[in-house]
Amino acid sequence: MPTAAITPLTVHPVGDDALLVEVGSGAEAQALHAELLRRRAEGSLTVREIVPAARTVLLDGLDDPARRATELAAAVLPPAPPGTRAAIELPVRYDGPDLAEVAVHWRVTEREVARIHAETEFTVAFCGFAPGFGYLTGLPARYDVPRRATPRTVVPAGAVALAGPYTGVYPRSSPGGWQLIGTTEAVLWDHTRVPAALLAPGTRVRFVPVAEA
Amino acid sequence: MTDRALVVVRAGALTTVQDRGRPGYAHLGVPRSGALDAPAAALVNRLAGNGPDAAVLETTLDGCAVRPRSAVVVAVGGAPCPVAVGGRPAPWGAPVAVPAGELLEVGSARSGVRSYVAVSGGIAVEPVLGSRATDLLSGLGPAPLAAGTVLPLGTPVGPHARVDVVPQPSPPAELVLRVTLGPRADWFTPAAVRAFTSRAYRVSSASNRIGLRTEGPALERALPGELASEGMVLGAVQVPPDGRPVVFLADHPTTGGYPVIAVVRAADLPAAAQAVPGIPVRFVAVRRR
Repeated sequence: MPTAAITPLTVHPVGDDALLVEVGSGAEAQALHAELLRRRAEGSLTVREIVPAARTVLLDGLDDPARRATELAAAVLPPAPPGTRAAIELPVRYDGPDLAEVAVHWRVTEREVARIHAETEFTVAFCGFAPGFGYLTGLPARYDVPRRATPRTVVPAGAVALAGPYTGVYPRSSPGGWQLIGTTEAVLWDHTRVPAALLAPGTRVRFVPVAEA
Repeated sequence: MTDRALVVVRAGALTTVQDRGRPGYAHLGVPRSGALDAPAAALVNRLAGNGPDAAVLETTLDGCAVRPRSAVVVAVGGAPCPVAVGGRPAPWGAPVAVPAGELLEVGSARSGVRSYVAVSGGIAVEPVLGSRATDLLSGLGPAPLAAGTVLPLGTPVGPHARVDVVPQPSPPAELVLRVTLGPRADWFTPAAVRAFTSRAYRVSSASNRIGLRTEGPALERALPGELASEGMVLGAVQVPPDGRPVVFLADHPTTGGYPVIAVVRAADLPAAAQAVPGIPVRFVAVRRR
């Protein structure tokens, strides 16, 4: 669970009506994001976009950025409340072309990669790259992997992939440099569905292996 | 019921459907999108009797030609260009009646890049997340126009404006963009920050709806390494590894990992949308309001 921020928040003005709030870790960024959503929901924060990222949260379209900057610099961050909604389960086949390479990085067998990954509870730290693409955290730091030296020109939709500390699922076919370890049939993004994105910041996620056909 | 639709006869280099975009979804990785020259899009909507949220066509450099299946009122604005209805010249920047089946021709821009075409009732393609805008980064919204594309039209809501022709903007000799420095100006050497706000850049031909790319002095970094991905705003001036500033426009990615040296004032972005490749660009540092 994320813990309360012990380092003060750093608030960077961005243009005339946005602030970039920087914290010391991904867990603190998630806690800050949860707190800002709470303030918006209770009506004490008026803002067009709240965009969490690796170690920052962007507040874009603020009514009074100078006053908000002062407020935030003095804020003490409560820990992120535990998620109340059940984790989303994504069916997965661990059949990615980079499974062997990831196993080498992790110093385990391919079967162990699948087991470790499927036993991890992930949280969507933030989204980006494409609509519905979530950056999922949850793996211990020793399982960080580099991006591929040469990105693929085509990564299929539903590819489950690793890069740095993150797991991601490609919502649609696109170029990509992440290490592909599996495939899911889940539809990550469907603009005719409500909500369109299966994964939003703060969503908890589990990968559930499906039996081989 | 009459067939309210527009048939695309000549799509031009790049013509897209645009409106005020889809703000509010950046946290899901959805760009805001929308007309790059928003005041021009708002003006043609007003001239054609549409509300501010009606979808219009945004052309790129060489216009387009469309044939409405029913009588409509149109207005062409943004980049000044020749306008013709049924082969006869028609005014730019004014309401123009186009009879059913007649050809509306929007010619090449005399100056600027993007002309806007409003049609009474608005382009009524199915909205995606509340907007009909084509987002070229993530592929949301309708595909760019192609010859033969049929675009449905909405029901006109009001009479067209009773105005004379609006004045044509004169082509700017250079693009002046006011910027506030930060949030990552400290990732660059003081000399690079001085160069950024004092030296001349040029608009690169690689510019598009995602960003206005520039050619000029490369900006040297004071800090090596990668910045962790962070949220990006419209007008952010991101500096990729080649050191040439890129001004983020409507289809910009919602997060990015290259440092943002400064942010362009919102009021200066319509001019950036009309800046022809090759013209000089100056970034002028101003104080934050």
